[in-house]
Amino acid sequence: MEKNTAAQTMLEKIWSRHRVIERSDGQSLLYVDSHLLQDGSAPAFAMLRQRGLTVRAPQRATATQDHYVPTDSRDLNSVADPEKREMANALQRDSASAGIRFFSLDDRRQGIVHVVGPEQGLSQPGMFIVCGDSHTATHGALGALAIGIGASDVAHVLATQALWLPQPKTLRITIDGALPSGVSAKDIILAIIGRIGAAGASGQAIEYAGSTIRALSVEGRMTVCNMSIEAAARAGMIAPDDRTFEWLAGRPFAPTGADWDRALARWRQLPSDEEARFDREVNIDAGTLAPMVTWGNSPEDALPISARVPDPAAAPSAQRREGMQKTLAYMGLTPGMALTDLAIDQVFIGSCTNGRIEDLRAAAGIAAGRRVAPGVAAWVVAGSTLVKLQAEAEGLDRIFTAAGFEWRHAGCSMCLATNGDHVAPGKRCASTSNRNFVGRQGPGSRTHLMSPAMAAAAAVTGRLTDVRQLIARN
Amino acid sequence: MEAFQTLDAVMLPLAQANVDTDQILPARYLQKPRSAQFDEFLFRDLRYRKDGSENPEFLLNQPAYRAARVVVAGDNFACGSSREHAVWALYDYGFRVAIAPSFGDIFFANALKNGLLPIVLPAAAVAALIGSARANPGAKVVVDLAAQAVTAPDGAVHRFTIDQFSRHCLLEGLDEIDYTLSQSAHISAYEEALDKR
Ligand code: SF4
Repeated sequence: MEKNTAAQTMLEKIWSRHRVIERSDGQSLLYVDSHLLQDGSAPAFAMLRQRGLTVRAPQRATATQDHYVPTDSRDLNSVADPEKREMANALQRDSASAGIRFFSLDDRRQGIVHVVGPEQGLSQPGMFIVCGDSHTATHGALGALAIGIGASDVAHVLATQALWLPQPKTLRITIDGALPSGVSAKDIILAIIGRIGAAGASGQAIEYAGSTIRALSVEGRMTVCNMSIEAAARAGMIAPDDRTFEWLAGRPFAPTGADWDRALARWRQLPSDEEARFDREVNIDAGTLAPMVTWGNSPEDALPISARVPDPAAAPSAQRREGMQKTLAYMGLTPGMALTDLAIDQVFIGSCTNGRIEDLRAAAGIAAGRRVAPGVAAWVVAGSTLVKLQAEAEGLDRIFTAAGFEWRHAGCSMCLATNGDHVAPGKRCASTSNRNFVGRQGPGSRTHLMSPAMAAAAAVTGRLTDVRQLIARN
Repeated sequence: MEAFQTLDAVMLPLAQANVDTDQILPARYLQKPRSAQFDEFLFRDLRYRKDGSENPEFLLNQPAYRAARVVVAGDNFACGSSREHAVWALYDYGFRVAIAPSFGDIFFANALKNGLLPIVLPAAAVAALIGSARANPGAKVVVDLAAQAVTAPDGAVHRFTIDQFSRHCLLEGLDEIDYTLSQSAHISAYEEALDKR
């Protein structure tokens, strides 16, 4: 790999700036600017204690409870399972004893770690950010290198404030053109994963570029970067621009005054140089995109809503055919049926992919003046308490509740079902989260991934629906 | 961490691509401490039926595969969630090696830190191993980390690469935190420079 050449990608710039030392095998020890922690961190703190180690730079860490918190109240004691309650409580204790900033359930700043980091201005351009969670690439939307890690590496970062990594290869995905009506950031990323595959970006860091990406809001960019891991990417990132800087300015942990000016000058140097070379390039014409849904148990099983359930008979290999048959059986589908004929039982609008204010606005835009279809249980779970308060200030909660949605407190909720919020066995859920794996939303759950507007459309019609038909009627 | 040198053991062939860590270790066990025995939870929803009885169709429940200690799988094995519990579940069951054409990056890093050797082999070699494990249930492979070689039941030798640091740590049973702590003067120097920028 060439280094120190004149033209560099954004990844290379951030990489070289954070390299403490390099190992003989080529791995770099990178200094971590910001370490985000959530209530799955107990094993990492236990590892530290076991070895008698302390936290090296507690001021660089931030902790928030999200995976195990109830969303019908803010009372942790309502979590029936003592082990789950203990996960949330352990984070509070471990943070307090290490002197780590902690957002508790009664703090307005609490929420899903990947919503909270950017919202608080803790995630900034040019940073190296880590979190013991696979959707950490979300923060790359601000022009950062953000990596998800396991418990041993969380312990390593707590003890050393640094992480060993092999330098990923670079993949630039360029999307140009205006997005057709009804097509959102979620549709972009589902289309990308459908195209390159769930293993498509293995060992690579994706930089999303092009006029379509530049035209996205910062929230939309986070939705795109968030699901990079579903294409097996190490990271996902987007060059920071004036929209990024405007979005960040004034946030609680963003620099101010002369510090802001200095930071801004540095951030403007971050975008990949014109001449920089990527290991691989993919180009997509935004005009070809449509509202997407997934039909199977991998995010790569994504199709335009107008499509039909694929036929295993057409599979390219016996192995793939066998896999598809299992998937169709699990999902309760027959080959050739129209996706729009699928009746749904539950709707989940939320998660670190689509739990931000703009997502709630998009869903409310469809829900307004309509009713959730009979027999459908539809939930809206804000990504953070601040998002929830903002939505309430805008009256979105009243739109949702008038339409028959449940309006819940912030947390991961039904995305992973670790707090008890779940999709019942055999039930079909239209979900704005990021994984449709077998059992992801609870044992036997059947998940279809889609955008917030598409999920709201499914809620009011009771089946998978092309949101453009409802937009036309608005 | 337990050292790894060589292993001569039965393969568990998983022919699918994109086996995710939610399948290896379902999320409802994530709140268990490391001291729990995670082998019970490994592939829980594939291994057991809803009524709690064993699913005889899942290979690990078939007598010839029960003693498997090498999992051989399709592309992008253990993708998805960063849960290190997926490694703990494989490890506690007795697995010490995972072979695939590619892995989820986070799982790959987690495995190396827990004494589970992840080996990347070309898709054709993996397909051959899966084929022989299916044709002859209970077929064994020999994995030699020092020689960086996997010897298939038919005698074919597949060489693999692994970064030399991880290889050293696994062979000796060392872990990375100690090494990094020994380099902490470099980290301090970096921090001092950071304060001045
Ligand atoms: S919302 Fe879902 S994907 Fe995001 S951090 Fe929470 S559990 Fe993970």
